Amino acid sequence: FVGAGGGNDIQWCFSQVKGAVDDDVAEADIISTVEFNHSGELLATGDKGGRVVIFQQEQENKTQSHSRGEYNVYSTFQSHEPEFDYLKSLEIEEKINKIRWLPQKNAAQFLLSTNDKTIKLWKISERDKRPEGYNLKEEDGRYRDPTTVTTLRVPVFRPMDLMVEASPRRIFANAHTYHINSISINSDYETYLSADDLRINLWHLEITDRSFNIVDIKPANMEELTEVITAAEFHPNSCSTFVYSSSKGTIRLCDMRASALCDRHSKLFEEPEDPSNRSFFSEIISSISDVKFSHSGRYMMTRDYLSVKIWDLNMENRPVETYQVHEYLRSKLCSLYENDCIFDKFECCWNGLDRQAAFPTDVLLCSSPSCSIVMTGSYNNFFRMFDRNTKRDVTLEASRENNKPRTVLKPRKVCASGKRKKDEISVDSLDFNKKILHTAWHPKENIIAVATTNNLYIFQDKMN
Amino acid sequence: MECTLDAQSLISISLRKIHSSRTQRGGIKLHKNLLVSYVLRNARQLYLSERYAELYRRQQHYPDGAPLLAMPVCPPPAAAAPPELAALPLPADTQDREARSCGAARGGAELLEVPVCAAPPELQRAPCRDSSPGFYRAPGSAGPGGGGGGAAPGLLYAAGCDFGSGGAPHCSSRTTVLDLDTHVVTTVENGYLHQDCCSQCPCCCQPAPGLASPPPAPGTKRKYYPGQEEEEEGVEEGEPGGGGVAGGPPFAPCTKRARFEEYSAEHPQDSSNISNLISIFGSGFTGLVSRQQADSEQPLNGQLCSKQALASLGAWTRAIVAF
Repeated sequence: FVGAGGGNDIQWCFSQVKGAVDDDVAEADIISTVEFNHSGELLATGDKGGRVVIFQQEQENKTQSHSRGEYNVYSTFQSHEPEFDYLKSLEIEEKINKIRWLPQKNAAQFLLSTNDKTIKLWKISERDKRPEGYNLKEEDGRYRDPTTVTTLRVPVFRPMDLMVEASPRRIFANAHTYHINSISINSDYETYLSADDLRINLWHLEITDRSFNIVDIKPANMEELTEVITAAEFHPNSCSTFVYSSSKGTIRLCDMRASALCDRHSKLFEEPEDPSNRSFFSEIISSISDVKFSHSGRYMMTRDYLSVKIWDLNMENRPVETYQVHEYLRSKLCSLYENDCIFDKFECCWNGLDRQAAFPTDVLLCSSPSCSIVMTGSYNNFFRMFDRNTKRDVTLEASRENNKPRTVLKPRKVCASGKRKKDEISVDSLDFNKKILHTAWHPKENIIAVATTNNLYIFQDKMN
Repeated sequence: MECTLDAQSLISISLRKIHSSRTQRGGIKLHKNLLVSYVLRNARQLYLSERYAELYRRQQHYPDGAPLLAMPVCPPPAAAAPPELAALPLPADTQDREARSCGAARGGAELLEVPVCAAPPELQRAPCRDSSPGFYRAPGSAGPGGGGGGAAPGLLYAAGCDFGSGGAPHCSSRTTVLDLDTHVVTTVENGYLHQDCCSQCPCCCQPAPGLASPPPAPGTKRKYYPGQEEEEEGVEEGEPGGGGVAGGPPFAPCTKRARFEEYSAEHPQDSSNISNLISIFGSGFTGLVSRQQADSEQPLNGQLCSKQALASLGAWTRAIVAF
C-alpha cells in the first residue's frame, strides 16, 4: 500500500481532524455514526448526546489543486432527546445509532437519523435570502400599528448570511419494542427498513403512522431465543431484496416478493465454525456487527469481532474472502470479555467508486472489481485497509501526533508475540479505550472519514 | 484457547455483567445479554464436566457411595446415583441447557432470569424433588408459587441455584415473563429447585408449600466425607440463617423474606455474611460485596439475594444471582 509503489496504491495523508483536543472525553461527544451523502459533499456524524453535525466540503479551489476541498461545519442540530418510557420504566437513550442520507431531489438535503426507538427524517435547507419590506411588520418582527401605514410596498428578497436550517419533517415512532440497530433506504427511494434485535419494519418515507413488519424472529417463548438481528441493509439495486445479519454469524437474504412476512429466507449465508478455534467466547466473536453490500450488489461484506468477510451472493456456504483484522486478539479474548471490549461493534466499508473505474459493476470487470478495498477499525486508534486485488493490507493510525496536512501516514505494525521490532507496538501496549468503530469512504473520491472516540479524522490520498 | 480465567470466575463475571446491565441507561440490551448467556453456558459446561470428572475420581476412592455427598441432596444419595453420574453425558442436554441458560438474558429486555442450573433430567430424583421454584419476588408479594403478584413489572428473577451438580435435581426456573409487546405476564415452570440450594441462599427461594417429601434436617442434609466437614459446617454457619431453620419444610417464605429484609436493612451484616460465604468458598467477590452494599440502599425491585461464590471441592457450587 503506502510507499509500495505501483500505480494503484493509495498513499493516505492527513487532512483534517474535528473535535475536542483534550483527553477528557465528554460522554455526549462520543461519535456514534459517520456517513457521507451520495455526492460526498456532505459528511454527517451523530453522537451519544443525540446531536448531528454535518460538514460540507469546500468547492475545489483551482489554485489549490494539490488538495481537495476541506470539510467545514455546515449544520449542527439536536436530533434526538433522551426519553423515558413510563409504562416500561425504561430510559431511551438519545444516542444516534445510524444516519442515512436520501439522494438529493431538490435544493434541500434529507437524512434519516435514528436512536434506539425513533427514526426521524430531517430536512436540511439553506437560506441565503430573506424577505424585507413588509408592510405590517418591522424588520425586527414587531408588528406595526396598521393605522400608521400610509403607503404599501411589495416585500423583496434580499441576500443574507447563509443560514442552514434543519427541521424534522417526519417522525417514525412507536414501531420498535427492542433497540433499533439499522436503517436502510431502499433503491426505490420511497421506502426504507428499520431493524431492531428481533424485528424488521418497512416504512414509506411519507407515512409515519404505520409500518409493515417484514421480519420477526421473536420466538413464542423467549426462553428459546438463541439469536438476534444485528444489522440489515437493502440491496443497492433490487428493491425487493434485503439482507440481515445475526448474532450467530449468519446472513439471511430475503425477497419481499416471496411473502409478506419474510421469516423464511431466500438464502442463508453461513460459514461452518472452525472447531479448533472453539472457546468460551466463540459465540460472541462470531456475532456480525455490520453488513454492507458492494456497489454492484454482487458482493456483501460482513464484520465480526476479529475479521472481515466478503461474500458472493451466489455462494452461501462460505465467504469468498476473509481478512483478519486483529488476529492477535484471539488469545486475549478473556481480558477483552472482562473489560467489555469484546462487545464492541466495528463497522466496515467499501471504497468509493474510483473515478478511474469505467463501470460500477463488479461483474463486468471481474479482473479489477471497483469495490476493491475494504476498510475497518481496530483498537489503539488503528484502522485497517485490505486490497482485494493485491491481497495487501495496511494498518494506519488516526492520531494528532505527527500529523501535519499532507503528511503521508506511516503504516503501523502490531507485534503479536516474540521480539518486538523497532516501531512495532506490542499487543499489551495497545490502548483498548481508543477504538475506531465508525469509518466512511467518500462515494466518489479517495477521501475517508475515520471516527475515534470523540474526534473525526479526514484523510485524503496524496495527489501528485 | 488459553484463558486466564477459570470457569468459576467466568461465571461470576458474566453474572455481574448481567446484573449491571440492568442499571445501564437505555435499558437492558438484549443482544449483549444473550451473548453473555452463551459465555455462561460455555463456562458452566466446562465447570460441570470438571466437577463430574472430579466426582468420578472420588468415587473411585470411596466405592461405598458415600462421596455422593458431594451432592448435597436432601436424603442420602440413592445408590443409583453413582451410576447416573458415571453415565452423565457431557456436555449433556445442550439444547435444553442452551435454552435455559440463554434465558439468562434472552429475557434481557423483558425479564432477567438466570436459570443457570440444569441437571440433566436423568439425575432428577423424586426424593429430592421439591417444587419450590427458584425465584425471587419483590418483597411484599404473595406466597410462593403464585403469579406475578406484587412483583415489580417485568422484573422477576429466577435463582440460579445449583450448577447442575451431579446429584441435585435440576433447578427450577419458574419464571415469570412480562412480554414487552403485549404486556402479558405469563408464568413458565420447569423443573425444581433443590431445597438445599435454598438453604444456602440467605434470602431467597421460596419453596412451595406441600413439599413432596420432607427435606432432611439440616444436620443430615448431607453426608460428609473426610475433609469435607469443616467446609460444610462452615457453610452452615456462614450462611445467614438459612441452615438454621429446623428440618421440616424448608424456610417459609415469609421467614426468609423477613430475614432478608432485615439483612438489607442492616447491610453491614449482609455484607459480612456475604464475606463469610465468599471466604468459605474461596472466590474473590469483592466487587460484588461492594455492589451489594450499594444495592441494599436502593429500593429493591426484586429480592436481592447475596451472590454466591462457587464452592470449592466437596461442596456444590451455586450461583445465586444478586440483583
